[in-house]
Amino acid sequence: MTALLDVRSVSKSFGGVSANRDISIDVGEGEIVGLIGPNGSGKTTLFNSIVGFHPLDKGSIRFSGREITKLRVPRIAQLGLLRTFQQTRIYSKMTAMENMAVSTPHRGVSLAGMMTRQSREVTEKSEVLLDFVGLYSKRFLRGGDLSFGQQKLLEFAMALMNEPRMLLLDEPTAGINPTLINGLIDRLKRVNADLGITLLVIEHNMRVIMNLAERIYCLAHGELLAEGAPETIQSDPRVVDAYLGAS
Amino acid sequence: MTLPTSSSGNPANRRFVLLCLAIGVLSIAAPFAFPAIVKQLSIFWVMVIVAYTWDTMGGQLGYNSFGNIVFFGAGLYMSAIVQIAPFTNMRAYTAAGEQGEALALSMGQYLGGLAPGLVAAALTGFVLAVVFGFIILSLRGHYFAIGTLALGIFLAQIFANWEFVGAGSGITMPEFPGQGRASDQNKSILFYFLCFGLASATIVALRWLYSTRFGLAINAIRDDEDKAEAMGITTTRYKVVAWSVSGFFLGVCGALYGNIVRFVDPEETAFDGPGLGVWMVLMAVLGGKGSLWGPLIGAVLFHLTKELLWTYLLGFQNIVLGILVVVIVVFFPEGIMGWVRSRWPHMFGESVDLSRQAEASK
Repeated sequence: MTALLDVRSVSKSFGGVSANRDISIDVGEGEIVGLIGPNGSGKTTLFNSIVGFHPLDKGSIRFSGREITKLRVPRIAQLGLLRTFQQTRIYSKMTAMENMAVSTPHRGVSLAGMMTRQSREVTEKSEVLLDFVGLYSKRFLRGGDLSFGQQKLLEFAMALMNEPRMLLLDEPTAGINPTLINGLIDRLKRVNADLGITLLVIEHNMRVIMNLAERIYCLAHGELLAEGAPETIQSDPRVVDAYLGAS
Repeated sequence: MTLPTSSSGNPANRRFVLLCLAIGVLSIAAPFAFPAIVKQLSIFWVMVIVAYTWDTMGGQLGYNSFGNIVFFGAGLYMSAIVQIAPFTNMRAYTAAGEQGEALALSMGQYLGGLAPGLVAAALTGFVLAVVFGFIILSLRGHYFAIGTLALGIFLAQIFANWEFVGAGSGITMPEFPGQGRASDQNKSILFYFLCFGLASATIVALRWLYSTRFGLAINAIRDDEDKAEAMGITTTRYKVVAWSVSGFFLGVCGALYGNIVRFVDPEETAFDGPGLGVWMVLMAVLGGKGSLWGPLIGAVLFHLTKELLWTYLLGFQNIVLGILVVVIVVFFPEGIMGWVRSRWPHMFGESVDLSRQAEASK
């Protein structure tokens, strides 16, 4: 298994706060990897570092063998490394269908190419994917009129529309009705198995991440605390301590 | 804006075509039906153009610009130079100021200057927007708005001190050839149709642009620019293109306006930030930002109100206009079209499709 995403000794601090200290993780092609840790342990900062949202203090990031440390956000997204947001972000004044249509891959699309109407395939694919996440009947509603959980699902469908090679999901099940969570886990697994999309998932819900991930990294206080299979992580005393606050 | 997601919109399409035809016929008949107010009607189309081009930025892209007046003013001055400089000594002509005679030209010279003047004005607006765009479109939200405000003041000052174009004492546009009322009427009609033509071209061009994937992309930037970037949209070039389209039409619009009013003052005609620069925002907001008909509705209501106020309440017009602004912002924060859309969303195709409910909820 070759590493699709290779994060080497990444450090990032904001003022006096060291959000990430010397963190190295790797994710193989086709894997589902979890990223856990208490609040403020630096998970989202690591995501932001990977997708080029802010410059790194130290370290390097390679995606598919290519150095992406200094690339800017849209460029990295065009390479097929896509993230979703913890505070769900969709285009609130556009309908669900428009949200989907604008999420097609933008790699190598010229300005002139954008001055055309969307193709029928895009419309059809949007409908298929909205159906996949269970939003087909709501497709003509504006994004902002959907419930929080529905927006989360829409954001997931938009990410799939973008045909990424790898998805960084920031708490995909937060705010989603517990009865729908199982369906979502199932969909994430299908996306991974059927479409071959590699997943790196931040998740607070232990049941979800233990079900989903093949391998888990645990962060605490900006440092990498432990790495291993879900069972190993679950019984690791350092992880238990970090979560329960005993040290 | 709505996507053409279904082909079942035929009755709606027919209604749309009929509406456009009706507006077209009325617009063509108007200057002949109301010969006394042709100039006001021309200025109405100027209002429509500035409202639509402002909406491209403020409504569709979500960048509230107070600097669009810059392209209007720069286009106006560029056209003045192209229309005057080839036929007389520009410096001596402008030095004479308002007291001097307006430049008298033959019809051939007049039109021969006007046509390239309009083209030069369009290019000026376009190029300025590209240059300013790369400089200040990296600012977001309020910072962008303040940046554009500064642009307007900056350019007004430059032109108010540039002797070649008359500096603070302004410039008089060439006289329309011929004498008497017939000639005046001909000029009014000519500029009415130029303004109407430009307004139509602007609306058609923008409608087309909004119907493309480019339109979707700028809407996405409006709704969440960080998200758009995270999805791979290189936002800067979209923003610059949107502004340069605005600048292109505004440049021509300024040139037409200058010829209509004849005497150009740098701060009160060309770079009238507190007047036209604010009105363009008002009209778009009143009609409904980011909607296809909003700027037109806003321009009709605003121009009508303004003309009536100037006629019947002179002296109080700014007070009444101010009250109007407050009423709009308080009661119709989304504008008229925005209010209609939130009240009758199904008219805009926003409805839950239950035809496949059973499958969707499995």
